[in-house]
Amino acid sequence: MSALLSTANLTIALESGEAPVSIVRGLNLTLNAGETLGIVGESGSGKSMTALALMGLIPSAMRASGSLRFEGQELLPYDEARMTRLRGARIAMIFQEPMTALNPVHRIGRQIAEGLMLHEGTGEAAALAEAARLLDRVGISQAAERLGAYPHELSGGQRQRVMIAMALACRPELLIADEPTSALDVTVQAQLLELIRDVVAERTMALIIISHDLGVVAELAERTIVLYGGAVMEEGPTRALFTAPHHPYTRGLIAALPGRGRRRGRLTAIAGSVPPPHLMAAGCPFHGRCKYSGEDCRVMMPPVTQLGQSLVHCHREEAIH
Amino acid sequence: MTVPLVEARGLTRRYPLKRKGLLGPRLVLTAVDDVSFSLMAGRSLGIVGESGSGKSTLARLVMALEQPDAGSVSFNGENLAGLSGAALRDRRRQFQMVFQDPFSSLDPRMTVSHVVAEPLEVAEPTLTRSARRDKVAAMLAAVSLPDEALDRYPHEFSGGQRQRIALARALVTGPRLVVADEPVSALDVSVQAQVLNLMADLKEARGLTYLFISHNLAVVEHVADDVLVLYRGRVVEQGETADVFDNPAHPYTRALVDSVPGIDAAGARERIRLKDGGRHAGAGCGFAGRCPFAAERCRIEVPALKDHNGRKVACHLVG
Amino acid sequence: MAGGVAAAPRAGRSPWRHPSFVIGGAIVGCIVVVALVSLVWTPWPATKMNIPHKLLGPSAEHWLGTDHFGRDVASMLMVGARNSLAVGFVAVGIGMLFGVTLGTLSAAKSGTWLDEAIMRSADFTFAFPAVLSAVMITALLGPGVVNAIIAIGIYNIPVFARLTRSGALQVWAKDFTLAARAAGKTTVQITLRHVIPNIGGLIIVQGTVQFATAILAEAGLSYLGLGTQPPNPSWGRMLFEAQTYMQRQPLLAVFPGLSIALAVLGCNLLGDGLRDIFDPRVARSRA
Repeated sequence: MSALLSTANLTIALESGEAPVSIVRGLNLTLNAGETLGIVGESGSGKSMTALALMGLIPSAMRASGSLRFEGQELLPYDEARMTRLRGARIAMIFQEPMTALNPVHRIGRQIAEGLMLHEGTGEAAALAEAARLLDRVGISQAAERLGAYPHELSGGQRQRVMIAMALACRPELLIADEPTSALDVTVQAQLLELIRDVVAERTMALIIISHDLGVVAELAERTIVLYGGAVMEEGPTRALFTAPHHPYTRGLIAALPGRGRRRGRLTAIAGSVPPPHLMAAGCPFHGRCKYSGEDCRVMMPPVTQLGQSLVHCHREEAIH
Repeated sequence: MTVPLVEARGLTRRYPLKRKGLLGPRLVLTAVDDVSFSLMAGRSLGIVGESGSGKSTLARLVMALEQPDAGSVSFNGENLAGLSGAALRDRRRQFQMVFQDPFSSLDPRMTVSHVVAEPLEVAEPTLTRSARRDKVAAMLAAVSLPDEALDRYPHEFSGGQRQRIALARALVTGPRLVVADEPVSALDVSVQAQVLNLMADLKEARGLTYLFISHNLAVVEHVADDVLVLYRGRVVEQGETADVFDNPAHPYTRALVDSVPGIDAAGARERIRLKDGGRHAGAGCGFAGRCPFAAERCRIEVPALKDHNGRKVACHLVG
Repeated sequence: MAGGVAAAPRAGRSPWRHPSFVIGGAIVGCIVVVALVSLVWTPWPATKMNIPHKLLGPSAEHWLGTDHFGRDVASMLMVGARNSLAVGFVAVGIGMLFGVTLGTLSAAKSGTWLDEAIMRSADFTFAFPAVLSAVMITALLGPGVVNAIIAIGIYNIPVFARLTRSGALQVWAKDFTLAARAAGKTTVQITLRHVIPNIGGLIIVQGTVQFATAILAEAGLSYLGLGTQPPNPSWGRMLFEAQTYMQRQPLLAVFPGLSIALAVLGCNLLGDGLRDIFDPRVARSRA
């Protein structure tokens, strides 16, 4: 069975004057139908750009190279007509800010029905009926009446639910969620994560959940990729990744978390900060902050080592064991 | 018995909203409703709440940046409301604040040295320019920023470094209390750890007292000795942090604790289920619309804050 | 431990890379130079009539020709430039001085009756079209360049007041003003130290736009006979007087018209350039 989505050496670079500046470098990922994948990273990791690349929505100043295959079809270089057919219909995305992702001057029923009418040619009445069913599924009470509501009449959590309904309308194979709960209160977040998990399982959709919050990714993803400075540091089954991390960055990240159950004492901080993309070295992006780094780390991208079920991208043997 | 460093009694703050229609009743938003606490010197108090809880308004009331509509706040035994303008300005050197957004809390047109020196201009107006600069340089060293930073502008620094500058500004007059309003929420995890460690070190070295506001329970748990849980402006639970988070009594606290996605979680967990209450604008407990245990009494009568197993809880079903 | 200072790339480019700024600046610069030169020298005395030599076309003696009274057009344009610029600077200066003061006051006391009063007065002034306001005021006070300046200046006040207020409100919403209050600074100190420097760019840019409008307004008023009075040359009046002679010497209308257009264009381009320079100046780095 071929993978639903796969990338090989996906690189997204800003074509600036002197040398192209990479935002994402050499990303290889594989996702089968019905699988859930998490992408974890801090700012500057390239995680949002990756999400946009999968949808063909990268800014015009950026260039994507390498291979990006969806359902066996190569998507690069982007063909706008082909991408438009995929977006909403086969691949759907939900964003962080529901207020800006929903059009404030259109009623929500209309916004949900639009996808159906566009991609499947459904008539307005039938599409609205389906929209009501979807609203009900995502937990909006009195769905039929709420069809006529405007986005500003709903709370943040409700707007996110509407976004999820919009994403599900055409029954896509893949759902990409980019920081879907970061703008919400933590109690609302919990409910929304549960909704996403249920809906994805119910429709056997593949899910890519992108977040800076490790907990969110742990809730939803079976496997996780850890990104730093545009490159993969470590990838593997989520539970193993977080309980027994190998890569120095992943270890550092987890040690830096003020945990439930870990009180007081100092947090193990990772010294320094993420270098901006145009100052990134040719080698491992983490080398400037890694206590094991050496000259080869600075000039060469690290090789991949398999440890258990995880893949670790690191030069130093002693660092990862 | 020693006087608490900060004592808040029945703090209440209301904001008038637009009228409904031309002649309708004027709606009032009660941002902070009857909040009281005592913060002893050297301790850290965490204030936990989500959006709409009133935590930022509470911070401004404690800092005397806004006047309460009812209740009072005292610093070192002295009621701040009773002070004249000059006297209040004089007291301000003892309590300072750090804000959430590292981008908007520093004036982009001022150099770092001017930014950090600003409280000194008010607190010690007789200082010469070079004496001020020396103090600023010393403060920057204390927050691990290099000397070159003095003549640079805020936009040349990362978010974490800007929070350090904000900390330097807050500490330059040698205050006893620092009110930190979500100081690490806008930072990456790895940078957050650096700033939290720095705050812990500074507390140790300078005998500081913190009022730490956050929606992030893990951070509050790490930093605070005691915690106050706010919901819609009212205190719902109050006590020692470890105690409150390990055995939450109030349903809202339970929901908060259960909601935090943990990395060692095994996917779906047994958690308290909140109802889709929407905006409950009526009498009774503000949480009644979402509380799974809400009884008739909850919708009529506002629960009072009562003692319960060494802490305080405001719930009819507890204690 | 915190590492060195991250030298973020400056998003604001050097002023010389902005074509609008360069071209606009050059045009306005030329006009200013011409006006300054006219203080000490013009090819011919600008007000000297020479009827036998009237309505001549451009020649070696009279570079742009003569008007219906035999006056040298080039000289008149140069002195006219002086008038236009003077009106521009002073009128906009008045507008800025009072407008910015009222605007910052309004923003600092936002929500109070004072704020409302100032804003409603501004609305009231806006209700009248600019030129109409200027005409009304000069009609009341009498014609003449000083009154024209006053009229145009009065109209500029609400423009700056509105702009200043909205810019200032945005600055007041930032946390650093709260931090300044927490340090014990008064509203006045914060306005001077924080608010004004942060809206400075906005005001200067608007100033150039208003400058262009002021020149146009002065030309309009002079055309109607309400601005600069004879015998002082004025671009607007030159345009008016040229109408009668359109058949015999159309160039009489072209030169003053071009001068006005060029001045307005220059100011607008300069303003655009300044806006571009000031906006991306603050490069934001990541957390």
